[in-house]
Amino acid sequence: MGIIKAIKLTYDYIKRDEEGSPTGVNRAVDHVDIDIASGEFVAVLGHNGSGKSTLAKHMNALLLPTEGTIWVGEKDTADEDNLWDVRRMAGMVFQNPDNQIIGTVVEEDVGFGPENIGVPTEEIWKRVDESLEAVGMTAYRYHSPNKLSGGQKQRVAIAGVMAMRPQCIVLDEPTAMLDPNGRREVLRTVRELNRQEHITVVLITHYMEEVIEADRVIVMDDGRIVMEGTPAEVFGRTDEMKRYRLDVPQVTELAWELKKDGLPLSDGILRIDQFVDEIMAVYRETGR
Amino acid sequence: MIRDITIGQYYQTDSVLHRLDPRTKLMGTLVFIVSMFLADSWIGYAVSAAYLAMIIRLSHVPVGFIVRGLKAVMILLLISVSFNLFLTAGEHEILSFWIIHITWEGVQQAVFMAVRLIFLIMGSSLMTLTTTPNQLTDGLETGLGWMKKIHVPVHEISMMMSIALRFIPILVDETDKIMKAQMARGADFESGNLIERAKALVPILVPLFVSSVRRATDLAMAMEARCYHGGENRTRMKPLRYAGRDRLGYLVMAVYLGLMIALRSLL
Repeated sequence: MGIIKAIKLTYDYIKRDEEGSPTGVNRAVDHVDIDIASGEFVAVLGHNGSGKSTLAKHMNALLLPTEGTIWVGEKDTADEDNLWDVRRMAGMVFQNPDNQIIGTVVEEDVGFGPENIGVPTEEIWKRVDESLEAVGMTAYRYHSPNKLSGGQKQRVAIAGVMAMRPQCIVLDEPTAMLDPNGRREVLRTVRELNRQEHITVVLITHYMEEVIEADRVIVMDDGRIVMEGTPAEVFGRTDEMKRYRLDVPQVTELAWELKKDGLPLSDGILRIDQFVDEIMAVYRETGR
Repeated sequence: MIRDITIGQYYQTDSVLHRLDPRTKLMGTLVFIVSMFLADSWIGYAVSAAYLAMIIRLSHVPVGFIVRGLKAVMILLLISVSFNLFLTAGEHEILSFWIIHITWEGVQQAVFMAVRLIFLIMGSSLMTLTTTPNQLTDGLETGLGWMKKIHVPVHEISMMMSIALRFIPILVDETDKIMKAQMARGADFESGNLIERAKALVPILVPLFVSSVRRATDLAMAMEARCYHGGENRTRMKPLRYAGRDRLGYLVMAVYLGLMIALRSLL
């Protein structure tokens, strides 16, 4: 069993009228089965309203399933006794960098999580030092979070989660409010944590470029998992991706269009250099 | 212009007073306030003036900076001085004209009142000038910890205070943004009488309110995700510890308070 495993996970949002009596249900997550292995980098893709954020909130027991079960580190999140263990095991980073930083100084914010779980003072300092080092924010430790850029704030938020020593980090669209530079910064940090510290990463996003580095991609639409596989496999099915209102990287789309016109290219080309190599091979073979 | 708002202005420098434990400083402020109400003679005021001068010197905060803080209460000061000056009855009349009677007692009373107010404000602003807002909330939480026994939610209140402090600059930025957005749509905040201007603020306050509620929901979720569950079983990254200078501080306070009580009962 993987670090995060869900069977037939279902979540209903209840719609209410002005008096607060229920008028209908909105099924955000619909019988989802997932199994994420320890150390894996999984990306969850989907357009707005596909249920990907709702799924993410289940991994931290912020939401509890209406039906079905989700286990985090073999602990059932629906059991209230497991609540704090689950939240310690799977840290969560949210979309808005301003609304998740609690401390008025960077290092105090990183220490907030360990303080909550009752870590002794000296140990907190050790963890804060290590976490800030891991995300490359040690130089800013005495700064006010208000003076940092969006990417730096998200790195502080990641450090805050790391200081709780989780086995898994769930990032719910961490780059949606950042500029391209900030986005690269945050992704690099996440990748490094995955490779060097062997932290399991679940990255929720709708930016295709962020998915390329993942071990596995899960595509969600209308609360269901509709595609699953390595990035090359998933992007290889370009026409299917388009049906779910998702883009594929530019180079993948170009290769796909060329292939439709009869050029012998492989499926799911993700990188420009790979594309150039294949085009050159075709050119040498056919002389065109 | 809106960015100039500062709450609890802190003067960044290094001094014994800055390094003192916030609990000691809170107690010191309290002692000083009490002592101001004990003083009722020229000698008493002289002693507290000397005491205040000593603390200001220790704090390394420029005197001009502290005096500037008095501007805000100038009107209050003038009102209380004039009340005391004109309305104190006494035997030694200095000036009598129409309905205005100024007595020697009135002059004395007015001067005492003015000195008392000025000292109070200078004394308590020294507290905020030498303590960061964070230390202040920490000091309040630890110093008032005993109030938990009578079910005062000390931890929760200090948490609210520090979150409020963290969000003030963010909300100020947001207000700026909303104002610009409304101005781009033709809103006018600068003309009209008082009532019209107050009405013009509604389109700023409503979105600001909505967005702060949204922020609060987000923040609550983020805090919960990081295992926040109130003050129980919580450890501290920066626990407050009394040092030798704090013991000395309490001793100085005790001596000063003793002297003030003695002066009041003896003279």
